[in-house]
Amino acid sequence: MLLIPCPHCGERPELEFRYAGEAHIARPADPSSTSDQEWAEYLYFRSNPKGLHIERWRHVSGCARFFNCVRDTVSDKILKTYPAGQPKPDLAVVLKEAGQ
Amino acid sequence: MSDLKITRRSAFEGLHPIQVEGSVTVAPTPYATRFSFRGDAKAASACSKGFGVLLPNDLLKAESDQGRTAISLGPDEWLLIAPDGEVESLEAAIAKALGDQHQSLVDISHRNTAFTVSGLKAETLLASGCLLDLHISAFPVGMATRTIYSKADIILWRTAPDTFHVELWRSFVPFVWGLLEEAAHEV
Ligand SMILES: [Zn+2]
Repeated sequence: MLLIPCPHCGERPELEFRYAGEAHIARPADPSSTSDQEWAEYLYFRSNPKGLHIERWRHVSGCARFFNCVRDTVSDKILKTYPAGQPKPDLAVVLKEAGQ
Repeated sequence: MSDLKITRRSAFEGLHPIQVEGSVTVAPTPYATRFSFRGDAKAASACSKGFGVLLPNDLLKAESDQGRTAISLGPDEWLLIAPDGEVESLEAAIAKALGDQHQSLVDISHRNTAFTVSGLKAETLLASGCLLDLHISAFPVGMATRTIYSKADIILWRTAPDTFHVELWRSFVPFVWGLLEEAAHEV
């Protein structure tokens, strides 16, 4: 079983977690002034990379908090997790820290 | 208006006792007063004064004193447990201690229930459905956390080297109890 390092609880089994989609997607501050295209981009369009992906997870059967995670979509390896609210990390730095 | 007579029924009513001589016992705990408290560190410290037990700042810790327990479940979430029948008095005491501070205090006395798993094989029995490392070096006395047993959310709290307090929603009791009963045949 995959062990996911929750930034609050430490390494815990993946069954305690729920995936919650790509991270750092800000809701437009003034939805009524966005174009249909911009709103569609916000709602539906995701980067879907092959490689490093920054995503939200929720430790629902643990501390129940949402947090962010950098995961390699090829190997499923998790390189970094950090509390929600922290800025988007520089992926080059994350790779270096993970020794890759 | 019809006359409603509401009687409280234990979630454990009709279940077979789980006891393996000299090995492990699973026993329901008495009714209790329970609250879910949400708030920041400042609110938690004020709440401690009203509740009478320090709400631990460190995560995954239980703090107990004179029959009352506060468990830190997440960065701004605590489970408070006290003897049965103290809902109103504690609500008033905590509200007074908090003043106008932003917080949430929800009575979950009837939603949750609990049992203890104790004995030499308590760890082994819980490991039948719990994914965490329950060895005393990884899960010491005083540690408590929300986790899962099979598919049910539980709160697991180690109260002594060979005793765990398992807190869960009352509707999950037949499911969890049935699995423990099966597993008890094999410990
Ligand atoms: Zn957590």
